[in-house]
Amino acid sequence: MATDEAAGLVVIGGSHAGHQVAIAARAAGFEGPVTVLSDERELPYQRPPLSKAYLMGKQPREALLFRPAAFYEEQGIDLRLGVSATAIDRAAHTVTCDNGTVLSYRKLVIATGTRVRPLTVPGSDLVGVHYIRTLADIDAMLAELDRVKSVVVIGGGFIGLEGAAALKTMGRDVAVVELADRLMTRGVGKTVSTFYADHHRSQGVDVRLSTGVERLEGENGQVTGVILSGGETLPADMVIVGIGVLPNQEIAEEAGVDCANGIIVDENTQTSDPDILAVGDCAQFEGRFYDGSLRLESVQNATDQARTAGATVSGEKKPYDSAPWFWSDQFDLKLQMTGITVGYDTEVIRGDVAAGEFSVFYFKGDTWLGTDTVNQPANHIASRRLLDAGYALSQAEAADEGLALKELVKAARKGG
Amino acid sequence: MPKVTYRQHDGSEETLEVRAGTSLMLGALTGGVEGIEAECGGSCMCATCHVYVDEAWLDKLPKVQVLEDEMLDDTASERKPNSRLSCQIEMSDALDGIVVELPESQI
Repeated sequence: MATDEAAGLVVIGGSHAGHQVAIAARAAGFEGPVTVLSDERELPYQRPPLSKAYLMGKQPREALLFRPAAFYEEQGIDLRLGVSATAIDRAAHTVTCDNGTVLSYRKLVIATGTRVRPLTVPGSDLVGVHYIRTLADIDAMLAELDRVKSVVVIGGGFIGLEGAAALKTMGRDVAVVELADRLMTRGVGKTVSTFYADHHRSQGVDVRLSTGVERLEGENGQVTGVILSGGETLPADMVIVGIGVLPNQEIAEEAGVDCANGIIVDENTQTSDPDILAVGDCAQFEGRFYDGSLRLESVQNATDQARTAGATVSGEKKPYDSAPWFWSDQFDLKLQMTGITVGYDTEVIRGDVAAGEFSVFYFKGDTWLGTDTVNQPANHIASRRLLDAGYALSQAEAADEGLALKELVKAARKGG
Repeated sequence: MPKVTYRQHDGSEETLEVRAGTSLMLGALTGGVEGIEAECGGSCMCATCHVYVDEAWLDKLPKVQVLEDEMLDDTASERKPNSRLSCQIEMSDALDGIVVELPESQI
């Protein structure tokens, strides 16, 4: 079998996690070739602005790029765009690409991310039905937007709601259809869900909860409406689907690497094959912030795991152990979340929910799980640091408006 | 186009033209200046685009907003009175010639 270069680091995937692995490996002193394969044709770019500033035309395309092309050259990172890996041969330590190239690896990092969960109801393939995942997805939306008056967003998660807020701000009629009885169920608790439903409605978004979609209808192949589970039709010149993502783990699975809901990794991001690592949205792991294993779809997780992987492949240890954090910008609201709060039983609230400046601390029994803040960044940062420090915040402390969390951080750091 | 000088921790300098309306963070990244991470892409969420602004230019900058102020408490390198997040500083003709120093570490 022909190989086209000496064995080095090969990274499959060139998004947040993938490109960062290469940079982190070089920073950690990795010697030998570093190759990053990306199935997209763009230089590595930021995804969060896609559903926000880029969609609204506030952030130009070139401002999405992490680094200019020259940066990768200077770092000795061979970025191969528009190339997909198709198979891993673990015994031979090679990766086969869709262009026929076979790359030898000493260490292989899988950073394949996720793909959107497709809508499957009748009419899902009509023109005007869009997903928010890649730059190409948004460019396709933007190309149609001039003639779009009504938008229906299917799925009331972060992506769908950010898209809804952006399009409403751009003057479109927007409806959001969510199957669950509240918004952003996977990410936030009830108080925050209710606040966001109210806020979207106050901005003129038609929010439908506990509502399914029967089918999409169209004319001449173009979507014209969304038929809801109750039989009602919402007019739509554009439909945006945001109903979750699926991990791209097949290439690992087919190579016999252990997978579940994601590619299973340890604290050094190594899979069941120590020469193969996985990072970012496609990796499943256990940690002290969640009882069980989980897969996180976030910038923080991608970046921090990538740094760990960069160290691991370079023979260093930098175990991944940071408190998870997330954010979502909708209208003029800054929602910041830290910790994994699913399964909570008690919410402790600080601030003024009605005024849109508040924090919710989540507890399961006496255990503090994490915090969501709306326009209260101080409590977000302090919560992140307290989680990192392993501080056991009590419900009484959480409820005490007079207690600045920042002071607890100082004390926790001193003590630690 | 207005110019920005980025001074590395080791004292080396690079002067770049940065279009008005573009952040100093983005100017550095697209110009290939090292020493800025900008993990969150300019959302004022991560404090990894920390810079020390040359004192002579401090008064010409927009005031530090609440979110930036909180994030600045979380920088990897020491916060000083002239600390700013470069994603929150938009280039303008009035800032032509500004000098910012990069901290020793962002993470």
